[in-house]
Amino acid sequence: MVKEDSVMEYNPTELMACVASRALEDRKSVFVGTGLPIIATMLAQRLHAPDLLIVFEAGGIGPKLPTIPISVGDSRTFHKACMAASMDYAMGMAQQGLVDYGFLGAAQIDRYGNLNTTVIGDYENPKVRLPGSGGANDLGSLCTQTITLMRHDKRRFVEKLDFLTTPGYLSGPGAREQAGLPAGTGPYRVITQLAVMGFDPESKKMSLVSVHPGVSVEDVEMNTSFKLVIDGDVPETKPPITEELRLLREEIDPSGIVLGR
Amino acid sequence: MKVLMEGKGELHGWMHPDEARRWMAENKTRALVDKRVTMEEAVSRFTRDGDYFAMGGFGHIRFSMVAIFEMIRQRRRNLIMAGKTSVHDVDVLIAGDVVDRIDCAYSFGHELRGLSPAGRRAAESGKVRVVAELSNAAFQWRFKAAAMGLPWFPARVMMGTDTFNYSSSKIVEDPWTGQPITLLPACYPDFSFIHVHRCDKYGNCQIDGITIEDVDLARASKRLIITTEKIVEPEAITEHPDRTVIPHFIVDAVVETPYGSHPGNMPGLYYSDEEHMAEWLRLTRSEEGVQEYMDKYVYGAANHEEYLELVGGTEKMEYLRKLEYLEVPLDAPWSRRTR
Repeated sequence: MVKEDSVMEYNPTELMACVASRALEDRKSVFVGTGLPIIATMLAQRLHAPDLLIVFEAGGIGPKLPTIPISVGDSRTFHKACMAASMDYAMGMAQQGLVDYGFLGAAQIDRYGNLNTTVIGDYENPKVRLPGSGGANDLGSLCTQTITLMRHDKRRFVEKLDFLTTPGYLSGPGAREQAGLPAGTGPYRVITQLAVMGFDPESKKMSLVSVHPGVSVEDVEMNTSFKLVIDGDVPETKPPITEELRLLREEIDPSGIVLGR
Repeated sequence: MKVLMEGKGELHGWMHPDEARRWMAENKTRALVDKRVTMEEAVSRFTRDGDYFAMGGFGHIRFSMVAIFEMIRQRRRNLIMAGKTSVHDVDVLIAGDVVDRIDCAYSFGHELRGLSPAGRRAAESGKVRVVAELSNAAFQWRFKAAAMGLPWFPARVMMGTDTFNYSSSKIVEDPWTGQPITLLPACYPDFSFIHVHRCDKYGNCQIDGITIEDVDLARASKRLIITTEKIVEPEAITEHPDRTVIPHFIVDAVVETPYGSHPGNMPGLYYSDEEHMAEWLRLTRSEEGVQEYMDKYVYGAANHEEYLELVGGTEKMEYLRKLEYLEVPLDAPWSRRTR
């Protein structure tokens, strides 16, 4: 628990949800994955982005989410939607350039924002078998910008991924285009319980954008296995405001299924 | 066209398009034939050990649980499953010893509920083997290639990643742009189950809400078994032909099974049964628990009607209807577990 100024107490997951929600602009479109990304999207839709167009991979397009869906394909994902379509349609939209943001999660990330959700350990003899790409590779390939939400520690922020499931900037500047991925696409933000990261426009390496209240730059560096690009003074992330927390707790996730309260 | 890279995953489900044409020409009846059968007959006639198969819906949404239970009861073995967002379906089939190989876009996970204990244990011990990796869009478009009678479908996904390296796809130089592009091999499952809201006895189907991958999957499947909440008169279909998403001439069998998707979500009818899902996730942490579940709900029930009684009968179904319509709050017992 963190105490901050006059605002209410909040837990790190609630902070992540608020920060992720603020990264979404109104009148843009977002492709959403299971869990915290849905919470952040619901919050944005209720606050600053009422015209945010939500797209789910199973075909729900433009819903007004009434409550957290358990699946990105369940009936909530097309509640009061403009269209109940198909995966063909939703993925085709992203390939056409109609989806601005893609929301992802991961077990491992590297300095170029490449993600692993397939295996921990050796592929042939995995220590942990994770679900695989699902729609993540598609979102990472086709959405204009991606935002990744994940836990921050040295085992997750790694020098080398055990498996490259989803493309970030691959091996650096120009690598996505060279591989054949759509021009001008790639990772935008990485949001963790410690900080907000972005990507250096020249080197495409992960950079530090802000540190959360009570977290130092050193804390972030100590929990990252590669060197972050740090340019001058790093500002502090704005803590959640009362209205954000009220919506999260009373309307979006009252039983604490994702936010864990 | 120059091949730039080839994935090293095993290729399953592919056929030469001429062979596929012959199959469709010879095996799919164009006539209006009454295709109603029992679940037992559908599984015994159209599924074989070692087959490659796909499940319609989305892993725990509008999927055919009734067919999964019957495959376990009939002790089907060594199947390869299209892990095209496979969630509860693949988990139960792995635990039930039906599936031993997976063509994997998404498996071993239960979405918001976390990872699947049974599926993960099998993958990590080598009991179940992943034959290839791919993405969800890649699977959708492999079915699309088959639905259109093509050998492959192009897409701008998987390039530059290990997901491609372990896939059964190829990257070529696109003759128009000169840039690399992924070619996804067509996928024709030996059989598929698709659960729908309603259809007539010939197999003309309506689905309420999202169709997910099912329009293309239906057309790609060598054998297609429809399980349906309700069988309606043919006139109810022909009065609204714009609503037919799967037509009779690609359907091989029709089985009427109300609540056939329980414990999954059937949009507009019932939400997922999270109490039952929590019991599954808890029990399957051990092999003894898997056996307990199977003895109680699969072998302990002769058919789906008996299973529905075991999980709470009419009262539970009414609760799930209310949950679907947001009339009662969601209770998710699995979210209270110690992590």
